[in-house]
Amino acid sequence: MRRRKYAGRLIGGILPVLFAIMVFPLLMLLANSLMGRQEMLETYGAVLADSGESIRMRVFPAYPTLRAYVRLLLDTPEYFTAFWNSMLQTVGVLTGQLLTAVPAAWAFARFRFPGRRALWLLYVLLMILPFQVTMVSGYLVLSAIGLMDTRAAVILPGIFSTLPVFILRKTFAGIPREILEAAQIDGAGDLRIFLGIGIPLGMPGIFSVLILGFLEYWNAIEQPMTYLKTQSMWPLSLYLPQMINTETEAAFAASIVTLLPAVLLFFGGQDNLEQGITASAASVHALREDKT
Amino acid sequence: MLNKRKWQMRGYLFLLPSLTGTGWFVLLPFLDVVRRSFLQAVGNGFVGVENYRVVLTNGAFRLAVGNTVRFMLACLPLLMLLSLFLAVLVRKAAKIQRWVKTGFLLPMAIPAASVAVFFKLAFDEKGWLGQLAGLFGFEGQDWLASDSAFWILVACYIWKNLGYDMILWLAGLGTIPQEQYEAARVQGAGEWACFWYITLPQLKETIFVTGLLSFVNAFRVFREAYLLAGDYPHESIYMLQHLFNNWFVNLDIQKMTAAAVMLIAFSGIILVLFDKNNEEDKE
Repeated sequence: MRRRKYAGRLIGGILPVLFAIMVFPLLMLLANSLMGRQEMLETYGAVLADSGESIRMRVFPAYPTLRAYVRLLLDTPEYFTAFWNSMLQTVGVLTGQLLTAVPAAWAFARFRFPGRRALWLLYVLLMILPFQVTMVSGYLVLSAIGLMDTRAAVILPGIFSTLPVFILRKTFAGIPREILEAAQIDGAGDLRIFLGIGIPLGMPGIFSVLILGFLEYWNAIEQPMTYLKTQSMWPLSLYLPQMINTETEAAFAASIVTLLPAVLLFFGGQDNLEQGITASAASVHALREDKT
Repeated sequence: MLNKRKWQMRGYLFLLPSLTGTGWFVLLPFLDVVRRSFLQAVGNGFVGVENYRVVLTNGAFRLAVGNTVRFMLACLPLLMLLSLFLAVLVRKAAKIQRWVKTGFLLPMAIPAASVAVFFKLAFDEKGWLGQLAGLFGFEGQDWLASDSAFWILVACYIWKNLGYDMILWLAGLGTIPQEQYEAARVQGAGEWACFWYITLPQLKETIFVTGLLSFVNAFRVFREAYLLAGDYPHESIYMLQHLFNNWFVNLDIQKMTAAAVMLIAFSGIILVLFDKNNEEDKE
């Protein structure tokens, strides 16, 4: 019993400390986004604006104000261009992913066809390859069809990421056989079974894909950095770090607005996110299940 | 199975949109990459393995491969052990489990760009880390321009991925039947014995999968590295991702193609070995 008590203390002691470390950057950004111009210069001037001796640690501003947000809203049209670029890019990729990955996952989960296992292996290989390895092939095809430095250059290759296929396959494979067979006996065709049973029952998986995908493409840096030269097409992930140097006062507020869509989605769909992570792991397990 | 012999060709119809796109944007261009890796930059003359030789003897390539390997060796075991430890703790803390998960997953949702200003304040010469070091009598320095950059990056990676890996472990731990622990406890086994003889052996496959996915995610740390230190960071964190990026900026297509072919071959081999390993486990 003494051991138990010990473990309890350990949990009570370690978890909160780690928890605090994990959420600290977010809280710090949030609190400091309420800081006024003068106070910001006094506190962080040494680093952000080359004035003063050293910076201070301030958890909460002494004179909270919403000035920074007002300034961001009224005086920085570039920020909003970047915001909508990010939205367009993310929504474009996700829409395309759903249109291609949902049927592909259905094919892997429900049909047996020649080459299925080889294709599956290929898809897993594509999933584990880092962007840098495929960037040269991406560049060759994009410049061949004249799409370099357009929004499509970021969106199109993103659509054919294979991770969503794995997450969805897991969901589809979980649909009980009896339901599908009953529909078949009732005379429903492949397409009707897919649209009428597969998609509605696969919704949890679809949400998982959307959430994981949003977090990934909202945060995409490599692709736009490689394929976009024109700054007015840059998403927030590229524009924001640059903005810190020129619009210092609004830096914290801009950071908060940038993370807001992702964090709100995260709070709304944490369960789907967790399922998505677990399903990604299951795809690799499926390499062996699929033997039969 | 009902119709084991009859192939279901209709499967291809559902696969078609995805396969077309993958073929068009990844597979065909990749064949072109393989072809080009054996050609001259100008004039398209066949040069055999010359491009590969140039890459393999390139100092920047060696530095980048070395750093990438060193980074993986440092951060993968650290992340996996820490997240497993946490997963075990979190399972015991039933009441606050949801909160803890939220806290640990949150960094996943925070875009790298948003924390850029935080990094700047923390790691600048006059920043917080410098002041903290000052309290202990060390000189403040530009941390990102020193060997500390490597460990800062490791910390970023762990901060970002701790929750993800924890969820993977929790899924693995959840599949172990609770009765086994109860039976062991009745016979007087302690926490440690339970972990060593029941939990660990049954986590074998989870260990592989978590390792593989952590490896994949480790390449994404480039985002943080780039925002922290730009195109040419301190040489302790000059990784393959930086190198590819800089080759791309200089349009060094020949080097990129040869290096890409080698990396894909390497990943393919890892995957096949992994698959083999799984097969043997099963039999």
